[in-house]
Amino acid sequence: MLEIKDLKASTGDTPILNGLSLSVQAGEVHAIMGPNGSGKSTLAQVIAGHEDYAVTAGSVTYKGKDLLELEPEERAREGIFLGFQYPVEIPGVNNAYLLKAALNAKRKHHGQDEIDAFEFLKLAKEKMAVLGMDPKFLNRGVNEGFSGGEKKRNEILQMAMLEPELAILDETDSGLDIDALKAVAQGVNALRSPERAIILVTHYQRLLDYVEPDVVHVLSGGRILRSGDKSLALELEEKGYDWIREAANA
Amino acid sequence: MVTETDNIETLVNRRYKHGFITDIESEGLPPGLDEDVVRAISALKNEPEFMLEWRLRAYRLWLEMKEPAWAHVHYPRIDFNEISYFSAPKSDKDRPKSLDEVDPKLLETYDKLGIPLHERARLAGVAVDAVFDSVSVATTFKEKLSEAGVIFCSFSEAVTNHPELVRKYLGSVVPQRDNFFAALNSAVFSDGSFVYVPKGVRCPMELSTYFRINAANTGQFERTLIVADEGSHVSYLEGCTAPMRDENQLHAAVVELVALEGAEIKYSTVQNWYPGDENGKGGIYNFVTKRGDCRGANSKISWTQVETGSAITWKYPSCILRGDNSVGEFYSVAVANNFQQADTGTKMIHIGRNTRSTIVSKGISAGHAQNAYRGLVRVMPQAAAARNHTQCDSLLIGKDCGAHTFPYMEIRNPSARVEHEATTSKISANQLFYCRQRGISEEDAVNMIVNGFCKEVFKELPMEFAVEAQALLNVSLEGAVG
Repeated sequence: MLEIKDLKASTGDTPILNGLSLSVQAGEVHAIMGPNGSGKSTLAQVIAGHEDYAVTAGSVTYKGKDLLELEPEERAREGIFLGFQYPVEIPGVNNAYLLKAALNAKRKHHGQDEIDAFEFLKLAKEKMAVLGMDPKFLNRGVNEGFSGGEKKRNEILQMAMLEPELAILDETDSGLDIDALKAVAQGVNALRSPERAIILVTHYQRLLDYVEPDVVHVLSGGRILRSGDKSLALELEEKGYDWIREAANA
Repeated sequence: MVTETDNIETLVNRRYKHGFITDIESEGLPPGLDEDVVRAISALKNEPEFMLEWRLRAYRLWLEMKEPAWAHVHYPRIDFNEISYFSAPKSDKDRPKSLDEVDPKLLETYDKLGIPLHERARLAGVAVDAVFDSVSVATTFKEKLSEAGVIFCSFSEAVTNHPELVRKYLGSVVPQRDNFFAALNSAVFSDGSFVYVPKGVRCPMELSTYFRINAANTGQFERTLIVADEGSHVSYLEGCTAPMRDENQLHAAVVELVALEGAEIKYSTVQNWYPGDENGKGGIYNFVTKRGDCRGANSKISWTQVETGSAITWKYPSCILRGDNSVGEFYSVAVANNFQQADTGTKMIHIGRNTRSTIVSKGISAGHAQNAYRGLVRVMPQAAAARNHTQCDSLLIGKDCGAHTFPYMEIRNPSARVEHEATTSKISANQLFYCRQRGISEEDAVNMIVNGFCKEVFKELPMEFAVEAQALLNVSLEGAVG
């Protein structure tokens, strides 16, 4: 589904990704771990198409297409979803409105009719019930005055509504209490299917207790140093990142 | 009362052009202003003696006055002797015969604004017999209004048919000497609208729909007077979302509202005058004096405005809260794009006891535009327990525009409670990226954010107009980002 080859990317004059390769198949859950500044978030932003990051070398192919040719909104409509580490507030725009606009943009792109208000509300309430969210959220401004946990739940709600083929969650688990973490995990697990792929960018093993990854990658210095199964995450938790770096340098 | 022929005539006189300005011989007065011009205008309109006297007094006061320079706007000096103060209406043969002859770009704009098909021909200035439908609609409205006893006519008709009302109320809110442009307007105003709602009557319809059909060729110096007698209620809508272009660069209108005891006036404006091109050339100077007088106890005046047009907008719809327990409201969205300049706001003058006022101002700046909010809240010593809440928000799009806030407060009664909140925000690259990552195009994202920002004001507009105003904002800010 997603093929990244020798990807180099920088912001301003600072190179961040230095020849990263990654292959993700439909049905898989990948966890990307690594110390601060290793390039985890940059990878997520580059896949989503953020303009602050320039791709200087390498390729990214998504469903057989050159992803780097597409505008951010086209990538989204083609099924890529990024759960933001810091979801922005959009005062005055209500959550339901944004959700509906997003859903309809995608439906339109795929030649489907717009969802009607009744159907939309029904769907949204269903998904919110699963995530333990109060339906009142729909009428609040997008992330406006939300707590950290509420913002992250809101990201998961958007993901649940949009049913992406490739979901990338950028530290969605950080700063969550245990209930919120469980809700997020539930949202992710509900999305798991043979047609979809999920990339979890995370610092901690914690989330992986609830969402079991197929592959774990360790990122450092803008490259993947090591990949393995879920036991790699446990090993990291125990030994820290230095162990990997030393092993790589040896 | 107006006959149907008069009605058609006002339709003919309507000036609504965009992109097809042609040289039309005008039989108006030659440019220049002196007492003879004032006399000529009054004579051309067959006005009674008292009107001429009133105009002359205004003219003499105007001569003594200086053009104000305090507003945060810049424009070349206006030569008042280069303006023609009375121009003849256009004739039918100069108009397009059908929509096929209308500039397709204009029709495209109508489409974007969602203006109903049957209104487009009229708006585009198509000759009258082609839009007879609207006239019959207007006639139906007219009948309904006169059944309720509501007087709604052009200012000229009011001077002829209801001189006692005009004499009693004209200038009673905005006196001739009020300010430079109001004095000029008083001397030379061409026409405008007059509304009188009798005691206890609730006007049976929004005067919006009617007005949009009946709008006369009011020219550059428009005069509006609305009187709501005791316990009456009226909602009036001025302007139109369709783009208006005019060969007159200077527009100096005066609007006076009088609310007697227990009366309520809701005045909504959507202003979309030609703002000039992307480089700021051309465009209307819109210098308006709008004021409402809550003359009786328990009266209420509410201003709602959506200002997207004009090269320069300079207006402060105000309320004088004279009656005890009277209420003044001001809800405003002012958009300035490209090189537009807007200096707008309100004045709330609390005189009566327990008077309350609310100000919600939303300024949006894009391109190289400058947008200023200027507001005065004055609480007089006798205005015990007066309350004001002001909320003043600015939204910036891009890095070359500016937002300025000039709040003035003069509180002379210790029991007053006055609150002022102000925010300035930017549409950030992160907000746009967030929306785009959800599949929403950049343009739709801007529209969504802007409309969210303006929501509190839009909800004050009559329903069908709120929808058009929203579309208008989107069109006004087209290409503002990226």
